Amino acid sequence: MIPLSYFLVFAAALFSIGLYGVLARRNAIAILMGVELMLNAVNINLVAFWRYITPTQIAGQAFAVMVFAVAAAEVAVGLALVISIYRRRNTVVADDIDLLKF
Amino acid sequence: MIFSEVTSAGAQFFQWVPLILAFPLAGLLINMFFGGRLPEKVIGIVGSSAVVLTFVVAVLQAISLVGHPEGAVVPLADWIHIGELHLRWAIQVDTLSVTMMLVVSGVGSLIHIYAIGYMHEDVRHNGDPGRYQRFFVFFNLFILAMMVLVSADNYLMLFVGWEGVGLCSYLLIGFWYDKGEGGIGNAMAAKKAFVTNRVGDFGFLLAAFTMFGAFRSFEFESVFRQAPEVAAIIPSAIMFITLFMLLGVTGKSAQLPLFVWLPDAMAGPTPVSALIHAATMVTAGVYLVARSYPLYSLVPEAQFWVTMVGALTALFSATIAVGQFDIKKVLAYSTISQLGFMVAAVGMGATVAGMFHLVTHAFFKALLFLSAGSVILGLEQGHHHVEHDPVLRKKAKNLHHFDPQDMRNMGGLRTRMPITFWVFTIGGLALAGIFPLAGFWSKDEILLEANHLYSWAYIILSIAAFFTAFYVGRQLLMVFFGEPRTEPAAHAKESPPVMTVPLMILAGLSALGGLLNLPGIHTFGHWLEHTLEAATHGEAAEVAAEVGAEAAQAGALGFDLGIAAISTALAVVALGLAWYLYDRRYKQMLDIPPAKRPDDPLRSILGPVFTGMERKWWVDELYWAVLLNPYIALSKFLAQVIDWRFWHDWFHDVVIAGGFKWITRLTAVRIDLGGIDAIANGLATVTQGLAQQMRRLQTGYVRNYALSVFVGVVIILGYLILR
Amino acid sequence: MNVQDLYAISPLIVLVTWATLLILVDVYIIRDRNGGTPILAALGLLVAMGFAIAQTGQQYTAFNGMAVVDGFAIFLQVLFLGSGLVGIALAYNYLQRMGIERSEYYILLLYSISGMMLMAIAADLIVVFLALELLSIPLYVLAGFGRPKVEPEEAALKYFLLGAFAGGFVVYGIALAFGATATTSLAGIVQAVNAGSANLTLLSIGAALILIGLGFKVAAVPFHMWTPDVYQGAPSAVTAFMSVGAKAGGFAALLRVFVSALPELAADLSPVLWVLAALTMILGNVVAIAQGNIKRLLAYSSIAHAGYILMALVVFGNTQVSSDAVAAALFYLVAYAVTSFGAWAVVIALEKAEQKGLALDDYAGLGRKYPGLAAAMAVFMLSFTGVPPTLGFVGKLYLFRTVLEGGFIWLAVIGVLTSLVSAYYYLRIVVIMYMRDGDPQVHAEPWLRLTAGVTAVATVVLSLYAGPLFAWASQAVLKLF
Repeated sequence: MIPLSYFLVFAAALFSIGLYGVLARRNAIAILMGVELMLNAVNINLVAFWRYITPTQIAGQAFAVMVFAVAAAEVAVGLALVISIYRRRNTVVADDIDLLKF
Repeated sequence: MIFSEVTSAGAQFFQWVPLILAFPLAGLLINMFFGGRLPEKVIGIVGSSAVVLTFVVAVLQAISLVGHPEGAVVPLADWIHIGELHLRWAIQVDTLSVTMMLVVSGVGSLIHIYAIGYMHEDVRHNGDPGRYQRFFVFFNLFILAMMVLVSADNYLMLFVGWEGVGLCSYLLIGFWYDKGEGGIGNAMAAKKAFVTNRVGDFGFLLAAFTMFGAFRSFEFESVFRQAPEVAAIIPSAIMFITLFMLLGVTGKSAQLPLFVWLPDAMAGPTPVSALIHAATMVTAGVYLVARSYPLYSLVPEAQFWVTMVGALTALFSATIAVGQFDIKKVLAYSTISQLGFMVAAVGMGATVAGMFHLVTHAFFKALLFLSAGSVILGLEQGHHHVEHDPVLRKKAKNLHHFDPQDMRNMGGLRTRMPITFWVFTIGGLALAGIFPLAGFWSKDEILLEANHLYSWAYIILSIAAFFTAFYVGRQLLMVFFGEPRTEPAAHAKESPPVMTVPLMILAGLSALGGLLNLPGIHTFGHWLEHTLEAATHGEAAEVAAEVGAEAAQAGALGFDLGIAAISTALAVVALGLAWYLYDRRYKQMLDIPPAKRPDDPLRSILGPVFTGMERKWWVDELYWAVLLNPYIALSKFLAQVIDWRFWHDWFHDVVIAGGFKWITRLTAVRIDLGGIDAIANGLATVTQGLAQQMRRLQTGYVRNYALSVFVGVVIILGYLILR
Repeated sequence: MNVQDLYAISPLIVLVTWATLLILVDVYIIRDRNGGTPILAALGLLVAMGFAIAQTGQQYTAFNGMAVVDGFAIFLQVLFLGSGLVGIALAYNYLQRMGIERSEYYILLLYSISGMMLMAIAADLIVVFLALELLSIPLYVLAGFGRPKVEPEEAALKYFLLGAFAGGFVVYGIALAFGATATTSLAGIVQAVNAGSANLTLLSIGAALILIGLGFKVAAVPFHMWTPDVYQGAPSAVTAFMSVGAKAGGFAALLRVFVSALPELAADLSPVLWVLAALTMILGNVVAIAQGNIKRLLAYSSIAHAGYILMALVVFGNTQVSSDAVAAALFYLVAYAVTSFGAWAVVIALEKAEQKGLALDDYAGLGRKYPGLAAAMAVFMLSFTGVPPTLGFVGKLYLFRTVLEGGFIWLAVIGVLTSLVSAYYYLRIVVIMYMRDGDPQVHAEPWLRLTAGVTAVATVVLSLYAGPLFAWASQAVLKLF
């Protein structure tokens, strides 16, 4: 059986990749995808913890499902915002969206 | 039979010992609050009977001690509880303290009775009868303080008495504070005594502090018990304690270098000189060293210094006494000299000899002072008589500047004041150490011990003894023999019985005091042994064994005929020399016309040396030049230059007042307008600048914001993981 | 699920149902866009508030310990619902004036409030996460409500991206806490910690990540950077609601999770919170000085006030002080809410289309021309500064007292000093209003006047009768399951 730590390390790596995406990508969509990666890393954590620590309770699984749902809602809102901005500015590059500052 | 019954039951008398404090206290309170309404006689009787009753209590203690020589400690009250310091008022009853009680209250009783008569005349002549009451209040207060001093069971209570007697000394020296040279001479003398004693007290206090630091206690019993251990651990502690204590002793007992106050203290009434400045208070230093014998026995260096101080003082002031003309000054220097004998004795460890001399000296020196007082009163009465007799008045010269204490104004009083003459002669011969009077035995014992322990001290003391006999002879001859040199002397009258009876009792004591400690019997030695051995018993005994054995051996030396013969021979030769000079030579000098005639035969022989003796070897002048004048100059400098010119004129007026004006102007113009506003504006500008800088962090780039969040995450998680 | 469970969430059910029905009502019945939707929304808030108040004094858990009803929950629910009412009052005329009048505003407002209310009763980390997203997602949309204009869209996108980013940390933290304690229930976490079965290192890392996510919501430095941009870009009515509601919701979660579930971690996390609070107070107050835009200024002000409330959280591990600290935090939230709504009402009254009327200079002459409005604004500024007799003063008093009782003297010192700094920019507004000449254009509609007037009076009067209010807040202590 694969040890729990493998999953945790994998999840952490995935989370870091998502984090890197948020910090490094200039495209707003890509940033959004980074956030989704982070959430999915969390899901792996949740399921792994459920499987290894509380296999008899479904809290971990339920939480994972809820994270999916929330992520979906976020993506819906996020994409709508991005589209709205693209219509007005013709760009989805986050660094170009800097009217509000200082 | 009765005596043995009393002594066996006598332990209960120990419980009465607080009365030695209660009686003088009652006497002084009665006289203080009601003395104003009481007649003079009653005041005197109340004051005297308080002391007589004290003496009775002291005698009862002595009787009890015969049966119970170990004595007792009678607690009175708790005093101080601070941290580890636990002090109580408690009375130490042992042979040493009771000896002092007996001397103080016994001699004190006689002097009190004498003072009833003397002070009656004194206040009459000095013109302020109201002070009669005050005198007895102070006198009883002195007895009280002295009793506290000698009955203390710890050093701090002893110090209370020590300060108390100092206060009484000050009050009584300045009793005629409006008299004396320039109207303030007596007050100055009192001040001098007080200040000089403060120097000594400073030493006492340092000793006490060191003692508490080393022993964590002030109680005799505890200190003496721990002394050998402490001496083994911190040898310097005992050294410091004993040497600082020596400084206290030199102040209170008027030893070199602090003796200068005692001659001036003669400004007080003669009973004061007799009681305080001859018989009792000044011996407090001797008592202190005797009491602290267990400490001194541990440090031979300190013993050496004490002995040295005593011996040198004895010789030094004996030479000065030779050159004095004031009848009381001679006795004052004699007292210093005799105190030197005692201090030397207790210093070298001959405690018994020292205490013995203390007792006999109390007898004969009190006698001498009181007799001198009688002489002075006689002369004053003669002066009074002459002043009111128109015939005699014309014959006499310099009546307004007549000094009743100057021996050059006396002479021939032998026939006019026979009782005074005889008692004075007994006292004088006792002082000179003529067999078989009291002084002979006690001085001989000191010389015997000195010969055994410190031969150089023996030589010094023997020379001092020679001078002692010489100035005694000189005084006797100048005062009582020959023809009266002045009209008042010719008309002097004998004093009343209230004064002469105490004189006769004291004369008896001075003659027979030697019986206390006759060689071979050593009554007094065995009496004191109880206390001295108890204090050094146990562990202390081992360390003190060497010294103690020596001392004990010396105490048992008995009687050395050779030394007695030498000292007697010296005394007789000195008296003979005095007779030659002041009788034969003086009569020859009468041929010389008065204008060229020297006032003292010795002056023509010794010249400047005699002047040195007369001027106390210029010690006062030396102190003035070395200490007082620089001190006064410094004070003046501080007062006039530093305080007045610098502090007041410059600092207050220029710096503070001017500075204040300057600062207000500065505050208003520069600080408030230019400074506060500027600082506030500056701070605001700085903050604003900071704000502007920080504002620039807000780039508007969303990824920077995410980076900021990420940095926060890294720092927080880093902290949590690495802590 | 039983009747009591439903009763426990009855205000929430009412509100969510009401909001959902309102969508249908708005689309099919009202139609004309300027009708009764705001009134109906307000009515829904009042009904929900009635249900919430009806539970006063009760203490119980529901849904197997996932939700809890206690004084803390009821107090906050009333606060959130009241904020919603003010949010509607502020928006009613403003949306018309700005030409963005859409009834979705009110519906989204109700949904967001329902998320906050869920936060108030959350007793399980899953519910906390759900509530956080439920209050946030409608706010993302509301922030962009001013579209089609550049600034609101930009504000919404920034808020959304960063909010989702921060949400990732929260959920990761919750997962770690779950792994560390094998439970997501707050009560279960306490049990696991007390039983010693918890992995404390993992739990404290998880707690720190939760703290980061919630710190983002309350705008704590260094997770604050979205605040000024979003506050400036979003419509002022939304900003006003966000500045109170989102902050209060974040603090509700912080207080609930840290005080009731994690006091054992105080040794680890108190220093972190200490630094966060200090940084937040310092940076918020200092940078506010440099702002010339009233909305950005109030944004930094809101950051600074988050710092003050964070001070109360620093003592969360000290069980003797923590209930006082919770009461002080709740009181300060009320004080901040009242003052902040009043200030935003004035800001909205002066705002004009296209981001005009928001510069500080636009307030010149207000004192002469609109003395009532200027006086109200002066009261709000004094309250923000913490000058008596205002709620802000009393709130700071309670907070500093708590912090001192907790032994964090230097933190209180920093708080006092930064309060002094804050006087600089708050009073500058007062100075501009009264001492500079100008010709301000004001649209003082009735609801705005009412809001500004009521909050101004409340700011002063409640400060004089702070005792009962604080007593109420003190009863709202957290129930430990």
